[in-house]
Amino acid sequence: MQPKTWLAGLAVVATLAVPVFAAAQQAGGTLKLYHRGNPPSGSIHEEATYSTTMPYQSVFNNLVVFNSQKDVESIENIVPDLATSWSWDSTKTKLTFKLREGVKWHDGKPFTAKDVQCTFDLLQGKSKAKLRKNPRKSWYWNLQKVTADNDYQATMHLGQPQPAMLALLASGYTPIYPCHVSPKTMRTNPIGTGPFKFVELKQNESIKFVKNEDYWKPGRPYLDGHDWTIIKSRATRVLGFIAKEFDFTFANDISIPLLKDVNEKYSEAVCHTAPTNISLNLIVNREKPPFDNADVRLAMATALDRDAFIKILFQGEGQKGGAMLPPPSGTWGMPDNVLAKAAGYGDKAVDVKKAQDLMKKAGYGPDNRLAVKVSTRNIATYRDPAVILIDQLKSIYIDGELEPIETSNWHAKVARKDYSVGMNLTGIAVDDPDVTFFENYACGSQRNYTGYCNKELQELFMKQSSMIDQEARKKLVWEIDAKLQLDVARPMIAHYNAATCHAPKVKGFVRKKNGSYSDWRFEDIWLQQ
Amino acid sequence: MASYVIRRTLLMALTLIGISIVIFGLLRLVPGNIADILFDAAGFIDPAEKAALEDELGLSDPIPVQYWNWIWGLLQGDLGFSYVTELPAYDEIAPRIPITAKLAVLALFFSVLFGLPLGVISAVNQNSALDYVLRVVSLSGLSLPSFWLALLILMGFVHWFDTIPIYTDPPDNLWDELVLYSIPAAAVGFRSSALIMRLTRSSMLEVMRQDYIRTAKAKGATDNSVNYGHALSNAVLPVVTIIGIEAAFLIGGLIVTETVFNIPGVARFLVEAIQWRDYPIVQNLVLFIGFVTVVTNFLVDILYVALDPRIKYE
Repeated sequence: MQPKTWLAGLAVVATLAVPVFAAAQQAGGTLKLYHRGNPPSGSIHEEATYSTTMPYQSVFNNLVVFNSQKDVESIENIVPDLATSWSWDSTKTKLTFKLREGVKWHDGKPFTAKDVQCTFDLLQGKSKAKLRKNPRKSWYWNLQKVTADNDYQATMHLGQPQPAMLALLASGYTPIYPCHVSPKTMRTNPIGTGPFKFVELKQNESIKFVKNEDYWKPGRPYLDGHDWTIIKSRATRVLGFIAKEFDFTFANDISIPLLKDVNEKYSEAVCHTAPTNISLNLIVNREKPPFDNADVRLAMATALDRDAFIKILFQGEGQKGGAMLPPPSGTWGMPDNVLAKAAGYGDKAVDVKKAQDLMKKAGYGPDNRLAVKVSTRNIATYRDPAVILIDQLKSIYIDGELEPIETSNWHAKVARKDYSVGMNLTGIAVDDPDVTFFENYACGSQRNYTGYCNKELQELFMKQSSMIDQEARKKLVWEIDAKLQLDVARPMIAHYNAATCHAPKVKGFVRKKNGSYSDWRFEDIWLQQ
Repeated sequence: MASYVIRRTLLMALTLIGISIVIFGLLRLVPGNIADILFDAAGFIDPAEKAALEDELGLSDPIPVQYWNWIWGLLQGDLGFSYVTELPAYDEIAPRIPITAKLAVLALFFSVLFGLPLGVISAVNQNSALDYVLRVVSLSGLSLPSFWLALLILMGFVHWFDTIPIYTDPPDNLWDELVLYSIPAAAVGFRSSALIMRLTRSSMLEVMRQDYIRTAKAKGATDNSVNYGHALSNAVLPVVTIIGIEAAFLIGGLIVTETVFNIPGVARFLVEAIQWRDYPIVQNLVLFIGFVTVVTNFLVDILYVALDPRIKYE
């Protein structure tokens, strides 16, 4: 090699090396974030909201987690956490975890397999201690028991094979709780094994977490802590972020219209826009006439102009889809050719004509219009789409009247079936059919608001859950999703995007593109000094 | 005077009992309770779990029993537990009261500091250019919604100074505290000062038409002596009444300001507690606010005696 070439090569290496060294993780500093309101409690197992999972996830570990540096939540991206490895038995109904040794709870007590057993006993209502609320009971329909084989090995015994059990365990909603701490203490002063220790929650003011110096993962976390300022007013908190008072926004707090403002006024901010895996959907009381008539329900689903919803509400940043998050972000959503067969996803003029015919068949028409109350929570994110819905229903002889319901009464009203038509939002914790189907469509599930129960589909839910071949499973999932849409179980209107932003000095954060409930361990995040 | 004080004290006690019954009853009339809200946050309702939670919190007891439990606890100094944080209600309420009190006092200070002298200046310069300017300013103070004004202030700070004057951490010392609270206090005090200014102006104009003012002027008293010595001391009575009312009103008026400036005071806390149906917090706080209001009114009435020797209470 000639000296010139050699030198040139060295220069290239040196140039490439600079960013590598510059990007080396730096320890220290406290991440400053804002929170949108008081979390209902610090106990992740009792809540179903970002308000709890986002700040408190860093207190805990799971058995397994989604790789924080990959942007997709899927079974392939699951890595060990408190478990060092896992294995299925030959029947695929016993899932055994080898557990990490030497891990301590934040109060100094050792973590053992008993804690794993206790956690799932608590979730299944088998333990003496009881949760006040158990929103994800339906996730464990197939879990028969968990046994502590010895101090560092636990086995989950399933009723039938369920590969997706690992995805449920990797969710931010599935931390391992300590046996020796009561559910009440977990709500107010949670103890975990995670990278950060809970310090205090001051209502309406702040939440503080400090680094767990005894964390089992070498070199983590990088941060000394993370401090949250609770700011109820969205205008104030976004202005606070723009004024660089905070390093990180709350999850998905920056709506698409707001994102333009943030980009304009704080151009260096790094904003991750991605699907929230929250969908707008219609709930129809199928027990209440005339909605006990399948034609009326189908007419409503067929008449929906989903593009208009997406354009008006999300400035085009949304996707049409079924129950599962649509591709390319979603792993399980129906492709366009399958989706097109569902009610209301074809040519709009043709669909409206079809819907009008269905309404006429049910006895309604221009001279005999159906008056109906469209109930929804009295919050802008619910109310606005309800108003658009009312407008669209006019074209099929339905005169809707908005019935705004105070938040505290919304679920009670829905549970009583004291509504005809409702506008609803559904957040999905993990992009997997085992979560979506069993939580929202299975017979008897607490979060199946419409009480939809189709025994044939229930069988298919269980069948897809047990399938080992994930490609074959996907095809069955599409089939089920298409049937759910045709059956008007809970007609989907749109899945929508939102942004989470942070200061440029925040490094190591990867936003998942198919879920936003499991990103918040903060152990890989560091601040560039 | 002594008998008047005793009578008023008894009346205050009765008023507080009335307030306790009204707030207790109204809270139970509002649809939904903490169990509904907690389950709503979790996205479902399990009737059995909800009933167990209501039992645990005593919400399934008969209403009179719930009322008696509250009052009996109160008489023993036990305010109960917050349903949301599960911490003693006293520990939740007590640290927030000084924050709102400081903000309210500062706001009141600003409103009197500006409202009173500007009202006098406006009155003595009636129908002059200065009077018109001050009247326009006071009108804008009354008509600008405080949340809007507060947001404009925040946006101005972010735009011009690249900072935002909101509460993120407790202030370290008195000076920091003064700096932190003075901007929201000025925002909320603007409205009150406008009210005080207008009232001072009209009251001064009325007094300045009185014979004794004319007499003072005829005797050669200076303008300052007439305006501030004779007129203001007589015009100030209705202003003092309004200041008393404003002091009580500020607790309510501070809700928006505390929200926009993110100040963890008692006003915003009360609204949050109502939204969560956190009965122990709401009941005790409203009773406390009621107590402050009746005591303030009582003190204002007593102040009349000091300000106007003609007033005597039998």
